[in-house]
Amino acid sequence: MTFAINNVGCTVAGETWLEDVTLSFEPGNLYVLLGRTGAGKTSLLRVLAGLHRPDSGTLVQNGTDLTGMPVRRRDIAFVYQQFVNYPSFTVYDNIAAPLRRKRMDRTTLDAKVRDAARMVHIDHLLDRLPQNLSGGQQQRLAIARALVKEAGVLLLDEPLVNLDYKLREELRADLRQIFRGGGATVVYSTTEPDEALQMGGTTIVMEEGRVIQVGPAAEVHANPCSVKVAEIFYDPPMNVIEGHVSDQTINFAGIRTALPAHMQGRVSGACLLGVPPHRIRPATCEEAGDLAGRVSLCEVDGSATFVHFEYGGHEWVMKRDGVHPQASGSDCKVTIDPAGCFLFDASGQLLATPGPRQAEAA
Amino acid sequence: MTMTTHTSAPPQTGMAALLKGTVLNSRAAGPVLLGLYLCFQMLPIYWLVRMSLMQPGDIMSSSSFLPKAPSFDNYKTIFTDPAWYMSYVNSLSYVILNVIITLSVALPAAYAFSRYKFIGDKHVFFWLFTNRMAPPAVFLLPFFQLYSAVGLFDTPLAVALAHCLFNVPLAVWILEGFMSGVPREIDETAYLDGYSFPRFFLTVFLPLVRAGIGVTAFFCFMFSWVELLLAKTLTSVEAKPIVVAMTRTVSASGLDWGLLAAAGVLTILPGAAVIYFVRNYIAKGFALGRV
Repeated sequence: MTFAINNVGCTVAGETWLEDVTLSFEPGNLYVLLGRTGAGKTSLLRVLAGLHRPDSGTLVQNGTDLTGMPVRRRDIAFVYQQFVNYPSFTVYDNIAAPLRRKRMDRTTLDAKVRDAARMVHIDHLLDRLPQNLSGGQQQRLAIARALVKEAGVLLLDEPLVNLDYKLREELRADLRQIFRGGGATVVYSTTEPDEALQMGGTTIVMEEGRVIQVGPAAEVHANPCSVKVAEIFYDPPMNVIEGHVSDQTINFAGIRTALPAHMQGRVSGACLLGVPPHRIRPATCEEAGDLAGRVSLCEVDGSATFVHFEYGGHEWVMKRDGVHPQASGSDCKVTIDPAGCFLFDASGQLLATPGPRQAEAA
Repeated sequence: MTMTTHTSAPPQTGMAALLKGTVLNSRAAGPVLLGLYLCFQMLPIYWLVRMSLMQPGDIMSSSSFLPKAPSFDNYKTIFTDPAWYMSYVNSLSYVILNVIITLSVALPAAYAFSRYKFIGDKHVFFWLFTNRMAPPAVFLLPFFQLYSAVGLFDTPLAVALAHCLFNVPLAVWILEGFMSGVPREIDETAYLDGYSFPRFFLTVFLPLVRAGIGVTAFFCFMFSWVELLLAKTLTSVEAKPIVVAMTRTVSASGLDWGLLAAAGVLTILPGAAVIYFVRNYIAKGFALGRV
């Protein structure tokens, strides 16, 4: 059952939410919408669900045009970012609600409800009301209600964003398991690059209402087709620096160094260099390619240190493994490894990647 | 050093004791003041109850705090005389009829105002409320003439419909406030789950705004129950409500104070009973559901 949208556009109050989006979803596959807040992920999901009618374009399922079909007759389940359940129904009745509308006999319904509840680990809470559940349990309930329908298309709009870190990890692992088992087309939206990588499947990168790259998660991560994708798909965002390629050398930020092998013969003249944060290392000994920056902020998150520093009029981010706190305003000497950098042309299109091995090392 | 401590110690303890005393006093003052206020408020009601238990002769002659020779004769009269008890039935029937009509009209209207955007929605919403700004006397003549012409005069339905003029706008405003507090996503989820609109509205949505419905019903009940002018003008004999019956107790033998007091007590009771059920939501209702 192929599900596709063609040239969909959405404008609300003069603001463009979606612009000429064409996508096709194969049955049984997982699609992850990745984009920053306001990129149009929710709008796209709402159009897919039929909750928002696009101003232009069509929604096609197996060759039938669904664009004007009432929501209740579509074969779709939706999980919101907020925990949306029927507050006056018990957990059991919440999960049973979509099945009751399908006129199912009592025993099958009971079995299905209990199965769905078990799948998301809330089978011991069936008699409670949603308001008596924790946030994580409420979202599990919403997911169970979406799963029990066994709809052909399952849409999840940042389902984990309102949960704390621990719960998010737990529920994400459960979701991966569930998606692998089901036969539904799953479309999952997130703002977090790490989440997109962990969920796997096909990543659809969105920016300002447009789809800018589609492909398997790891592939998109290794080959971001433009500077925009690179900025969105790296956390912290990739450092993008203007540079200049001539003969066998590359100039950037006042450094002149030999052109690494993967950038050979791609461009000459102005270019943009994408430096992944983990490709900047603290300099150990004095070398020609070292920069001396000034630390503006240093974040330590337990296993890694993010050093934001200023050099040559740019804000740079360096990612270091381990805990290495540095005071703001102190000097920091770093080395950039050009072999691990991406090369974009002046308009931001990808020219060269560090190659799969280099990307894996990330 | 020792000298100063000696001299300063006694006044300090004295001050402390004094302070402690005022703290205690202010702690006791609250309940005392509230108690006095309650007594002051309840006095007329007590006097009404006292009068209702006395004979007309005693009411005028005695001024004792407790009723002299209390009896339920007045209440017996009301419950046995159809002229009295039927006026309660009339009142209750148009009040209940009004609540039913108001809710069945205001619920869909409030849902539309809370969920949909349409041309002039804000203006219509405000215009509804302006209906409450005109004094009822303005509408007396048109209502009287219209109801006489269509044969509705002197029926409970006439009063119920007339009261809708004030109660429907109020109900729409209160319910809209409560309904806007329910996330729109619940509606969408219900449609995605295959609910039709009527089924969603009745089984999912209404239970979520039941506090609002209760408060709205209470407000409609209250306004309709105490309203005198329209009720008096639009009825004569058949549908005479209690508020009108009470103003017409002057007979050849003068005013029957005891009977009137008993009728008054019985008129307070339904309101007190209804308010009990919505006691936790009244404040939100006064804020038109927007808290």
